[in-house]
Amino acid sequence: MLEEIIIAGFGGQGVMSMGQLIAYAGMLEGKGVSWLPSYGPEQRGGTANCAVVVSDEPVGSPLVTKPTTAIVLNNPSFDKFESKVRSGGLFIVNSSLVTRTADRKDITNIEIKATDLANELGNSRVANMILLGAFLEYTKIVTMDSILESLKKVLGPDKYHLIEVNKQALEKGASLLMEKTI
Amino acid sequence: MGKVLMKGNEVIAESAVHAGCKYFFGYPITPQSELVAYMARRLPEVGGLFLQAESEIAAINMVYGASSTGARVMTSSSSPGFSLKQEGISYLVGSELPAVICNIVRGGPGLGNIQPAQSDYFQVTKGGGHGDYHIPVLAPASLQEIVELIQDAFDIADRYRNPVIIMGDGMLGQMMEPVEFTERPVSELPEKNWAATGTRGDGGPKIITSLELDADGLEKRNQHLQKKFAEMKEKEVRYETYKTEDADYIIVAFGTVARIAMNAMNKARQDGVKVGLIRPISLWPFPEKPFIETRDKVNMYISVEMSAGQMVEDVRLAVNGHAPVDFFGRNGGVVPTQEEIYHKIMMIAGGIQV
Repeated sequence: MLEEIIIAGFGGQGVMSMGQLIAYAGMLEGKGVSWLPSYGPEQRGGTANCAVVVSDEPVGSPLVTKPTTAIVLNNPSFDKFESKVRSGGLFIVNSSLVTRTADRKDITNIEIKATDLANELGNSRVANMILLGAFLEYTKIVTMDSILESLKKVLGPDKYHLIEVNKQALEKGASLLMEKTI
Repeated sequence: MGKVLMKGNEVIAESAVHAGCKYFFGYPITPQSELVAYMARRLPEVGGLFLQAESEIAAINMVYGASSTGARVMTSSSSPGFSLKQEGISYLVGSELPAVICNIVRGGPGLGNIQPAQSDYFQVTKGGGHGDYHIPVLAPASLQEIVELIQDAFDIADRYRNPVIIMGDGMLGQMMEPVEFTERPVSELPEKNWAATGTRGDGGPKIITSLELDADGLEKRNQHLQKKFAEMKEKEVRYETYKTEDADYIIVAFGTVARIAMNAMNKARQDGVKVGLIRPISLWPFPEKPFIETRDKVNMYISVEMSAGQMVEDVRLAVNGHAPVDFFGRNGGVVPTQEEIYHKIMMIAGGIQV
């Protein structure tokens, strides 16, 4: 198993922490993992992305150029990464904010109105977790339990009260795929 | 303590603490600022001292001062800041003071940018400061390897009374990987009876200086330094080889680039091209042995770097005309992709017609 994931969006949408959660969960399961952020003169509202590798073996290159999965949360990220997804790969789009339509036929396109659904849950900032829940349900590269365990580490004790809403969002994302409503 | 997920810069800092580093003087610069920030928080916890200097020049001279007392001390920076430290590094060598200096290289020359690069190779391996000197340079490729090499770096520095450089790139500093801080027995090192900690009626004053106005005296001192460098060349070479036994082509790459090149190597092998890889871990002393062992058997070496071609000169010296040496590199902060490296291999191997 070798998953090479790119997660991209505006700074503040939680793309970096989504990647860290996957990497952390992979580590807890004894897998080889790496997390590499795009970094530069970034600012809140600018675009940001991270590359995550999860493998049964120690990770070779942490740099991902042809992802098996790309998760995009805004239009610039859609434009940048749609063509990069490996043939047969997965492309998850936050269609609340992305106005483009994915039309590649050789990859699996999943469109989720994640920001709208997050608002329904009462916290627009968990849109990332809805997308992550769908991604986990589709790929099953790490278990939901490992992600929840990682969430405690990534959030830290003073944000434990946010675990519940994050959990709801993860489950919401997963349920969308289980019910095949998308 | 089990595995933890950390950023490369933080791993360097924590590894230094594990190696007994008690003092850090530095000045923040992207992409290594997390290292400085981590030390600011961590060193007071272990009874050490962190000080943010007013400049990189001040920081390296504070290192000189702390090292003179026999303490384990470190500084770090990235390319433009590292350039500012060169005078101080030359003084450390001249005064025979141990220290560990970390350079998380970014795109240059000049202010350049903050993206990953390896274009300070010449500077770290050929001596960025003045005078006849060498500094052991260690280049980790993974976060776990950082743990090992930082401990080695402090030991080498103490053993030879010479600074040691850790060279990484922005990618290594910024990425996260699981690491385990393994404890290992303290190496046997010579006592620091030269340290200037005050006389207690136990001998004359201890003088630490790089100044020697008498030419014969300075030449003698240089001969002493050269003897140390010769010993380092003999004993401190580190490298790894992968699949070089049957290789027709050998990629030479260090640090994170070696990992990207390894993916390209594996893909080329799947397609029937026998590619191997030599990964220098010590950039100085440069490992000559793996080249001597392979240079009469391979068709070509390809040095892959995040520079316009710097290590390739050392590769040519090590191959010494026995085989052709080619180069592939990206620079200015652009990271070579495994697809590009694969393409280069296949072109050389005749698999792709252009």
